[in-house]
Amino acid sequence: MPAPQQRRIIFKHIDEPGYTNDLACYVRHGGYEMLKKSITLQPAAIIDEVKRSGLRGRGGAGFPCGVKWGLVDRKSGKPIYLVVNADESEPGTFKDRYIIHQDPHQLIEGIMISAWANNVKQAYIYIRGEMPHGARILEKAIAEARAANFVGQKILGTDYSCDIFVHRGAGAYICGEETGLIESLEGKRPYPRIKPPYFPAVLGLYQCPTIVNNVETLCHVKHIVEMGGDTYAKIGTPNNTGTRILCVSGHVQKPGYYEYEVGKITLGELLNEVCGGPLPGRKFKAVIPGGSSAKILKFGETFTLKNKDGTSRTLTVEDIPMDFDTLAACGTMGGSGGVIVMDDSVNMVEALANINAFYAHESCGQCTPCREGSLWMKKITHRMVHDQARSEDGSLLKSVADQIAGRTICAFGEACSWPTQSFVAKFGDEFKAYPETKNAPKRDGSLELV
Amino acid sequence: MIAPPKPDLVTVNVDGKEIAVPKGTNAIEAARLVGVDVPYYCYHPKLSVVGNCRMCLIEMGMPAVDPATKAPIMDPATGKQKINWIPRPQIGCATNATPGLHIRTQSPQIKDCREGVMEFLLINHPLDCPICDQAGECKLQEQSTGYGRGYSRFIEQKNVKPKRTQLGPRVMLDDERCILCSRCIRFCKEIAKDDVLGFIDRGSYSTLTCYPGKALTNNYSLNTVDICPVGALTSTDFRFKMRVWFLKQTNSIDTESSVGANTVVWSREGVIYRITPRRNDEVNDTWMPDSGRELYKSVRAADRLGAVRVNGAASALDLAILAAVDLLKAAAGAVAVVGSGRSSVEEQFLTQRLAATLQASATLVGRVGEGDKLLISADRNPNVRGALVTGLIRELPATKLSALGAAIDAGKVRAVVSVGEDLAAAGLSAAQLAKVAIVYLGTHDNATAAAAKVVIPTLTVFEKSGTFVNQQFRLQKFLKCVPAVAGAHDDLVVLTRLIAALGAAAAPAELHALWAVLAAEVPALKAITFANLPETGLLLDATPYAGLPFVEGETLHYKPAAPAAAAAT
Repeated sequence: MPAPQQRRIIFKHIDEPGYTNDLACYVRHGGYEMLKKSITLQPAAIIDEVKRSGLRGRGGAGFPCGVKWGLVDRKSGKPIYLVVNADESEPGTFKDRYIIHQDPHQLIEGIMISAWANNVKQAYIYIRGEMPHGARILEKAIAEARAANFVGQKILGTDYSCDIFVHRGAGAYICGEETGLIESLEGKRPYPRIKPPYFPAVLGLYQCPTIVNNVETLCHVKHIVEMGGDTYAKIGTPNNTGTRILCVSGHVQKPGYYEYEVGKITLGELLNEVCGGPLPGRKFKAVIPGGSSAKILKFGETFTLKNKDGTSRTLTVEDIPMDFDTLAACGTMGGSGGVIVMDDSVNMVEALANINAFYAHESCGQCTPCREGSLWMKKITHRMVHDQARSEDGSLLKSVADQIAGRTICAFGEACSWPTQSFVAKFGDEFKAYPETKNAPKRDGSLELV
Repeated sequence: MIAPPKPDLVTVNVDGKEIAVPKGTNAIEAARLVGVDVPYYCYHPKLSVVGNCRMCLIEMGMPAVDPATKAPIMDPATGKQKINWIPRPQIGCATNATPGLHIRTQSPQIKDCREGVMEFLLINHPLDCPICDQAGECKLQEQSTGYGRGYSRFIEQKNVKPKRTQLGPRVMLDDERCILCSRCIRFCKEIAKDDVLGFIDRGSYSTLTCYPGKALTNNYSLNTVDICPVGALTSTDFRFKMRVWFLKQTNSIDTESSVGANTVVWSREGVIYRITPRRNDEVNDTWMPDSGRELYKSVRAADRLGAVRVNGAASALDLAILAAVDLLKAAAGAVAVVGSGRSSVEEQFLTQRLAATLQASATLVGRVGEGDKLLISADRNPNVRGALVTGLIRELPATKLSALGAAIDAGKVRAVVSVGEDLAAAGLSAAQLAKVAIVYLGTHDNATAAAAKVVIPTLTVFEKSGTFVNQQFRLQKFLKCVPAVAGAHDDLVVLTRLIAALGAAAAPAELHALWAVLAAEVPALKAITFANLPETGLLLDATPYAGLPFVEGETLHYKPAAPAAAAAT
């Protein structure tokens, strides 16, 4: 059975010849029509459409967007802020940057519709520090949209005003965590806040109710207004509606970004057919399906899942549909859509050493388990690769990771411990044997790790 | 006094024990009330909650209710309402009491959490306890004994950080010992309002530092040393001086101003090594100024008076009393008594008696400075209100003894008894001092001691027991920390003997017996005994003095009744 066709909604114009990121081109392609439509609708009606669409957040946690909007404290009398999380920094994820670079007005329209729906008077785009070009494009696009009265004072001749500011981060992974992002936006160290009491929906930016949404999520809002929540909900699979962008990197023939209806394509179809399979002479060994913090899947393992009718089904890794719920049922997550593929040339200890180095470098250092644990895990894997490896290091790594997960202020604790937990659980033999294998000559003569 | 509003009590369940606590009490404090110890580092009852150490993790549960009907779901096994336990452990410091809150602090999961946090905190800690000043009062030591595994699995290189960073003139930082709890940062920001500390770098390499170009110079900097749960922040004055377990702790009062911050004086073999604050939620919370911590140095200062002197020659107390009586009788009708706002209530009571016996006028020397709105008030005498309560004075004292000077010049005063006040510093000229016969009771050498006919060395606050009345009219007691230096005499003994030698009815010089007299004769102190005076003090009735223009402005836990009057002239 051939792989299903891509369904490009968000990425409709990405890489389209002749499509430019200026306002004229966007308007020529029907841009800002949905904002004009939205502004004639009641805000509550738009929220209702989003709720009915079943849209789930594309930033990593997959939290239902309509529910998130429903949690906002609208009775406090304080202003409500919309913060766009464009801090796309999960290793393996590269979707938002294409929206920002090639179709920024789609994002701006999504922001303005969401702002109108939630009575937001001020929106911020928090863009990752390493994307200065994206920030410049956004600044220019916002200026264009402001000049055309799509953004700013009394938009489109109505009494509604909302402005958008672009704020550049300084290059820290933790700024993707919504409360860390809010702290950073306030000009402080991005230490994530404790929840309770600091739920952004109640006590967010400047202690006001705040909505933090991912770039891709907000773009979907525009299309939900366009097609209606019920029609949108028919895309994808139940509870996993819409399309999502999968960013495939690593050892496949054709890495890249692909937009599919959620759950309509399996991992096997994605990797073997869409991405052209493994490199010549190689075999797939493992895949991380949702950004580097998601738990790794090992080719060859199977998952027995319960169906709703009480029966059960058995899936191989290739059989897993790329949706939020099935991936979660298989013990990993859809995350941010970053699919990282590793073939049989990869030593899992060395791969984990790379991931651990990243998380140790990015831990903000606020709470004890993550601060100390992430660096300890890095030191262990670094020592294994570059110095003396011990056969018991695998079990020590797992034990350290177990002491972090679930005990930290923010989800970084899970993000840094899930790779270690899953690598050791699934490739424990490799960790045990590593003291011997590390000294064996590389079979393909590839470069040594430096 | 208006009764405090009745707290909204809720019932919570800690390890199976039910207890009613005010709504919003956090799980650590609730557990403390039932005698359950929840360990923590970053939490401090007087600072904001950040929840970063993760040591106070607990299991939390709420009674189960049917989401649709809100009816309680019962557990058939126990017959009680079922408890929904949250699978993730929660931090106790940020878990506030709500009706029906259940917490578990002793489960296997919590044991594992604590062992994990302890192991993490120690892997990059230098473990230099043998040379660390915090040893003996270190939370890391205590809690690794109580909640750690007792061994390490860490074989990697520890992080290296700066070992001797001078954060300010009084505070030294050892970054390797720091567990990044941020208490010091929050203290400087929230209490001292001097936001100079912060972390730089990230992850395990995070380092406490001062803002570039700034230093931790504020007069409350040593509180960061007190609240540092480990040996990262140490006092430059105290470090490497003494092991804390050798030190005797005695409760005392900061005499810098009328705030009367509660303190603990740490001494060994008659030598004081440091002063730290003592918690009193009505007065100073858990803080005190740095300046008050140095006062102990006056005990062994070079200018301390160590010998009774009569007419400049060394003498004995008995002879000095006789000489003083001769002087005072010779000047009968022209004697002035200068009492002190630094004397204790008991001394002021006896000073008042002395003045009455001599039929002399009694004055006090006012000391007015600028209040810092925290724990140093504008009135730099610790006990002016004691003088009001004992009847030594009726008006607030002036800062200069101009009236006395005029009386001396006019020949109306020919002898002065000074109980602890330097008359020269209070505005009398050398010529005026030379005109009168002075009997000086004091601790340190000064112009008055030099000019006095009779000098009797007395005790500092650290060498005697007594009481002060602070700006809130709170009667607070201080206890004798160290024995008196050689040659100094107890103020009470000197005053009672002087009164007796002048022929008046003797008062007891022993503190507890004297208090029986105080309770009988001073209406405000009725039914109070020194022994029963609570450690946190006792509020006296301030209404008789409501009309007086007290100089204090607002400080921590104190609001002046009326707008602060201009300094008394």
